[in-house]
Amino acid sequence: MFGRLKQMLIKELIQVVRDKRTRFILIGPPIIQMLVFGYAANFEIHNVSTVVVDMDHSQESRELISRFTSSPYFNVQEQLSDASRAHELIDQGKTTLALEIDAGFAQKLRNGETAPLQVIVDATNSNTALIASSYVSQIALGFAQQAQQEQIERIAPQVIEQVPSVQLEQRPWYNPDLRSRWFFVPGVIGSLTTVLVITLTSFAVVREREIGTLEQIMVTPIRPVEFILGKTLPFFLIGLFDALLIGAVGTFWFQIPFRGHFVVLLTGAVLFLICMLGMALLISTVSSTQQQAMVTAFFVIMPTITFSGFGFPISAMPHWMQLASYAIPLRYFLIVLRGTYLKGVGFDILWPQMAAMAGIGLFGLTMAISRFHKALD
Amino acid sequence: MSLTRLLAVARKEVLQILRDTRSLGIVVVMPVTLMLLFGYGVNIDLKGLPVYVYDQDGSQQSQDLLKHFQASPYFHIVRAVDNVPAIAHALDASQAKMGLVIPWNFSQRLSQGGPVEVQALADASDDNTANVLMGYAQGVVQGYSTGVQISWMRSHGLSLQAAPINIATRTWYNEDLESRAFIIPGVLALVMSVIGAFLTSLTIAREWERGSMEQLISTPITAMEIMLGKLAPYFVLGMIDVAVCAVLAIAWFHVPFRGSYLTLTVSSALFLVVVLLLGFFISVAAKNQLAASQAALIITFLPAFLLSGFLFSIDQMPIVLQWITYIFPARYYVALLKKIFLKGTPAAMLGVDLLPLAGFTVVLALVATRSFHKRLE
Repeated sequence: MFGRLKQMLIKELIQVVRDKRTRFILIGPPIIQMLVFGYAANFEIHNVSTVVVDMDHSQESRELISRFTSSPYFNVQEQLSDASRAHELIDQGKTTLALEIDAGFAQKLRNGETAPLQVIVDATNSNTALIASSYVSQIALGFAQQAQQEQIERIAPQVIEQVPSVQLEQRPWYNPDLRSRWFFVPGVIGSLTTVLVITLTSFAVVREREIGTLEQIMVTPIRPVEFILGKTLPFFLIGLFDALLIGAVGTFWFQIPFRGHFVVLLTGAVLFLICMLGMALLISTVSSTQQQAMVTAFFVIMPTITFSGFGFPISAMPHWMQLASYAIPLRYFLIVLRGTYLKGVGFDILWPQMAAMAGIGLFGLTMAISRFHKALD
Repeated sequence: MSLTRLLAVARKEVLQILRDTRSLGIVVVMPVTLMLLFGYGVNIDLKGLPVYVYDQDGSQQSQDLLKHFQASPYFHIVRAVDNVPAIAHALDASQAKMGLVIPWNFSQRLSQGGPVEVQALADASDDNTANVLMGYAQGVVQGYSTGVQISWMRSHGLSLQAAPINIATRTWYNEDLESRAFIIPGVLALVMSVIGAFLTSLTIAREWERGSMEQLISTPITAMEIMLGKLAPYFVLGMIDVAVCAVLAIAWFHVPFRGSYLTLTVSSALFLVVVLLLGFFISVAAKNQLAASQAALIITFLPAFLLSGFLFSIDQMPIVLQWITYIFPARYYVALLKKIFLKGTPAAMLGVDLLPLAGFTVVLALVATRSFHKRLE
């Protein structure tokens, strides 16, 4: 059995590596996609273009504005004296944010009344709008706190030391500078491996069927299990190679810290690849042309990536989607990836994910093999 | 050019599509699936995030602060623990998104006066969630702090106004800050890229792979007739998908539609022609279906997903990547979709996006027919 398996493996590897274009496909697209993803996938906001309408022209209003000017998140481009002009700029998409300070702002602050600050955000990009308004309110809250302190000082200078206040000390763990890239790059390793392994494997199997060489192989003494192993093992190796290649780009090019143990990540990757190979085989059993395989693969890959928590928190999804996400191996692999890269955790924490992937992988592979038998009979 | 020959090619292509029921089914099912996936799955409106608390003080005041957190829709206190490592473990294992630590001298400091700090340890491996979360926590703590100050001043016979600043944020074009409204118009660009590039490039690459293209060439048909005849059925399918997507977006997801149906139809038709030509070009340039599918993925789908402004803001990308986005048609189409759906920008102002698309059409039509001729020679 091992002799035949070995022959099959050699044939497959030669077939993959012989063609210059196929060789390129194994290395080029993953690296290109990794680079594009690494640079483009980003939810951070910097220099949001901002205009200010200051109708008050007081020391207080100028001080509030200067807090925005000195913030790296906002790029205060223009100070206008007319609110309608600001609205026009937002309509034309030339600015994202407008701050409006009405006349009487300082007067109200001095009188101890509540002074309004009007903010208009272009929310065509809801994420930018959400983060930007969060920063606006943090800056305004800081200003308000100071204003309140000054107010207390005016009313009761003698007791200022005794007035209690509560402050929040923010400690973002694992990613202290809140870099979006640290979140996305480990995820990209998982998603790209998914795309690559599923498309390459299902294409390779379906291609044999489409060209008719599958029948030829089946008349040789090779057994279906040997055929499946021989067909998938090369892609297992290629998938592992590509995962490591992409991982290396993440570590050496994007400088994502790797805090965990390599063995933990490798174990996770092996289990995940088994799941993906089972999936790819299942796709190939239900497809008779490469086009069908491609379209079916696409249908599997899109939900996989959306449900997995790759870009968007699973906890913000509707309940039925959260339930469905438990069946998705990528969900677990992403936790392993982010766990080993950013959190530096080991098997003691990640064993449930590993077990889930092992279970799904075995189930998928068994199903694929039994279906494959039927397809051949 | 002969219309009869063109129609004959188109008829053959239609028959081929109709025969392959799965591909046909997918053309109908895919837009609906993508719409549902992105409509429900892509959500950053965070609510009820799991929080662990370590209340070292255990006083009336500290419980009061925790009640403020509990009252906020964004936090869900799942557990109280009695040591910091338990919080660290919960963050490691992703059981909590944030840990709150209230110091042992919390109530004492409040009665003695002066500032006291509460710690928020956030899992920033997902930087976006952490960022928004800490912003909300800041708001809660400051609200509590203001309350404490007001009652302290009252008890000392002094009066202090609540919150000196009131931030009134208005989010334009997408008033409820729904991720859905921002994401869904862009899904149209994804759907069209898949139809245009994947399906067309694969069907034509298949003809090359099987050698039936050579047979076709030996007939009196011209290159232009083949191209138009092959693309026409996919154009019809693509436009049907546009209609399906638009109806779903407006009737099911209630995405605001403020533009005109005419501009939507015109822009969609133009973009569809561009991606179809691109798919044709890819199929001519690529040798086999595998290469064609990978090329289609990188040249059309990936840019539509990453570099179009569909999910990630273009103006937050590195400057070189921003330039690169200009060479991908999806960028202009996504811009058009957002303007038509959310902003209702008048047709006269859409020229900036429509003209580049028209330019792509001309250039691609020339390049595609030329390379087709070349390949035949």
